[in-house]
Amino acid sequence: MTMLGRLTFAALEQGPIVFAAQMLVLFGALGVAALITYLKRWKWLWNEYLTSLDAKKIGIMYLVVAAVMLVRGGIDALMMRAQQAVAVGNNAGYLPPEHFAQVFTGHGVIMIFFVAMPLMFGIMNVILPVMLGTRDVAYPFLNSVSFYLFTAGAALVMASLVIGQFATTGWTAYPPLSELAYSPGVGVDYYIWALQISGIGTLLAGINFIVTILKKRAPGMSLMKMPMYAWTVLGSMMLVVTAFPVLTATLGLLTLDRYLGMHFFTAGGGGNMMMYVNLFWAWGHPEVYILVLPAFGVFSEVVATFSGKRLFGYTSMVIATMAITILSWLVWLHHFFTMGAGADVNAFFGIMTMIIAIPTGVKIFNWLFTMYRGRVRFTTPMRWFLGFVALFTIGGMAGVLMAVPPADFELHESLFLVAHFHTMIVSGVLFGDFAALAYWFPKVFGFTLSEKWGIRAFWAWTVGFMLAFIPLYVLGFMGATRRLDHYPAGLGWNPLFIVAGVGALVIASGVVCQAIQLYVSIRDRRKNRDLTGDPWDGRTLEWSTPSPVPFYNFARTPIVAIRDPFWAVKYGLAPQTPENDYLSIELPRGSGLGLVIGGAAFAFAFAMVWHIWWLVMLGALVMLGALFVRFLDEDTESIISADTLRRFDTATV
Amino acid sequence: MNRYLFLIILGIMASIALFALSLGGSHIVLFSPQGYIAKREVALMALALRLMLIIVIPVFALTFAIAWHYRAGNAKARYLPNWEHNRLEEAIWWAVPFLIIIALASITWTSSHALDSYKGIATSTPALEIDVVALDWKWLFIYPAQRIATVNTLTIPTGTPIAFKLTADAPMNALWIPQLSGQEMAMPGMVTELHIEADAPGAYHGLSGNYSGAGFAGMQFTAHAVSKSAFGAWVAETRMSTSTLDRVTYASLAAPSENVAPERYVLGDPGLYTWIVMKYMTPPAASSTPASG
Repeated sequence: MTMLGRLTFAALEQGPIVFAAQMLVLFGALGVAALITYLKRWKWLWNEYLTSLDAKKIGIMYLVVAAVMLVRGGIDALMMRAQQAVAVGNNAGYLPPEHFAQVFTGHGVIMIFFVAMPLMFGIMNVILPVMLGTRDVAYPFLNSVSFYLFTAGAALVMASLVIGQFATTGWTAYPPLSELAYSPGVGVDYYIWALQISGIGTLLAGINFIVTILKKRAPGMSLMKMPMYAWTVLGSMMLVVTAFPVLTATLGLLTLDRYLGMHFFTAGGGGNMMMYVNLFWAWGHPEVYILVLPAFGVFSEVVATFSGKRLFGYTSMVIATMAITILSWLVWLHHFFTMGAGADVNAFFGIMTMIIAIPTGVKIFNWLFTMYRGRVRFTTPMRWFLGFVALFTIGGMAGVLMAVPPADFELHESLFLVAHFHTMIVSGVLFGDFAALAYWFPKVFGFTLSEKWGIRAFWAWTVGFMLAFIPLYVLGFMGATRRLDHYPAGLGWNPLFIVAGVGALVIASGVVCQAIQLYVSIRDRRKNRDLTGDPWDGRTLEWSTPSPVPFYNFARTPIVAIRDPFWAVKYGLAPQTPENDYLSIELPRGSGLGLVIGGAAFAFAFAMVWHIWWLVMLGALVMLGALFVRFLDEDTESIISADTLRRFDTATV
Repeated sequence: MNRYLFLIILGIMASIALFALSLGGSHIVLFSPQGYIAKREVALMALALRLMLIIVIPVFALTFAIAWHYRAGNAKARYLPNWEHNRLEEAIWWAVPFLIIIALASITWTSSHALDSYKGIATSTPALEIDVVALDWKWLFIYPAQRIATVNTLTIPTGTPIAFKLTADAPMNALWIPQLSGQEMAMPGMVTELHIEADAPGAYHGLSGNYSGAGFAGMQFTAHAVSKSAFGAWVAETRMSTSTLDRVTYASLAAPSENVAPERYVLGDPGLYTWIVMKYMTPPAASSTPASG
């Protein structure tokens, strides 16, 4: 065994397409580093962001990582669409099967774990504490550790592009394909460790936000006075803390198979591959609701604000949210109706799946009746909402259709299924996150985003989505399965794959519009400055603060007497609650230890992938060491005096 | 334009759908199921879809109508900013989806039992057993009673129930002949079942539904449904094949290969299928499979 385990130069040499990708990653990283050096921003970056324990800053970092990974996952999508548009009949396309498999595996893993998740956590971090009228999350340092563990996972996926290869198993990594016998390379190991490291970060973040919601709300804000978004985050985080340990354990068992020759999921030796499928989806289905619930919460805030009206049926919305949270634990088997579980089991899980449509439908009706007798302003966030209703309803219908087991038999693992879950996740999760970004952007950065480019992005995404995925629904009915790197001529699939490819390009133009939107908005930031702190005629506590929110969030702790407290006071529906006098507050000092732990976790995971055992030990020791340093540090908070707060507060208002 | 947003989205959706359907044309195989099971599965989809449209069409209409009528610019629309609750209305939208789901649930329960993959098709014609082995990366079909086997091609008699017994000597796959029935997974060391029946003669496309590695895309075959007499002739012809499938020839067949051309064999070892399944049951040390990892 050499110093570098099984890592050799061969891991770098993988042909021209991979070479281009390697250069892109390398020069991209170097370019960013050079730019920061040129702008002399390293110190600023270190003090203001990298070592910050302020949830708002950590949230922004989550969003930046999500944006980078969205581009990576999007390039994967374009590569897949290009391959399937040309690889018909005798044409094998431009990607060899192994590479195509890495691309679709990478796309799935990245979009779920490293785009949808950080978008959700980013938005939660920047806005949830402010919304709850508190100064920070319950455990600021843990929050930083969560972020860096997540980032270490993302970095590991990017590293797999440059050194070695990623898994070729599909993002679900079903054994025995993902076992050593069929996947002896480093790909599955990259997959395992990227998910393990980021998954632990997610679990810690879940604990953090549950405690924040339950224990840190402003005085007077009872659970039933919380903004709807907080309820949906609570549901989502309850699912995180119960579901992610299942993923951790499942991947742990696969790790034992791969590293120590055990037989949990192997084809022979007493292994049971069906148990992996079972456990994977016991995490995997709650995961869908982990992502979609907070997006539902965003829509509840957006629709109420832009209809200038109270959210309709708040109590039913809370019940629906909690019903979805609980039911999402009872449906996972619908991911494998075709595995021969028998009619009773299949029917039970099919019916449980359909039942979820009831609370979801209630939510949609309540949003519609929030608009009813309101004054609807068709801003960018509201458009994302309307696009969501249109697409999500179609996708939901496809979902309920597949919840009928014998109907599922004919659509299982077909492109119809692929179209279904993309509809749910793109319209349900991404559109929700995009609405959130447009809605809360001024609160975070102090100026509004360009509406013109926001609306263009909306149209490109929506039309592009329909162009890319309606053909996939049809292809499912034409008997096309997913993950085919080539297919026979004469099945009539090719024209639809070409249309889907065009759709993917239109979606890409939507991402370009979003980049331009960001550029234009930053360029015109003086013109678009939000001076009032309340650009949308908002309802909840975050709009009572100046934009951008000061680092201490609230100079005086707000007292809440009613739902939508800011709106109620603004329009004289509730008396101005007497405010506390200024009191000195404690805020967490910045700490670089989260970054150290994340870096060590990356080294640990990378070394595990390549069997570099000394580095495994070192990474583990540094992680533990950093934790001990933190535990022994008693001086973790700085105090801001009441006078300073009063001075800041009167200066900003 | 703002206000027509929803209608525009619907219009684009419909036109892309129509365009896609026209491109697909006669190739939309699920619109023309040719087997006993597939016909019932597709009819079930149509029924479920109709039930769901009861709720989906009003949602679409309401979304558009409400968003349009209550637009900020419409001075005639009532504005009640603090109206937030109505017991009756909320009861309606808890109840209506609930009733539809009850209807769908009862359909789900009965259809799951009626169309259980493991359930034989009840006719007077005795079923033909075909043992299916998913290999890296081709399909092996063994006809135990006829003492023949085929690779990447399947021939079945029409009007006869086919009892597939599926296994794999490779990662998981799923057998799918869309016009004849839905999928069933094929897994090493296990036997799953799938019952189908072809109503009319024809050549139906078959493939795998579960990704199994580099050669997965090449696991495609044609299922030829022929009359009972033509099937008898085909069996007799296959019995004349010079290739014999026994454990020795199987070993080379089972080695990974991609885009394999159709092939026919005389079955030399009647115990082959059982051996393929059972070898995963032996302790890893004694096993000759790569599964011991």
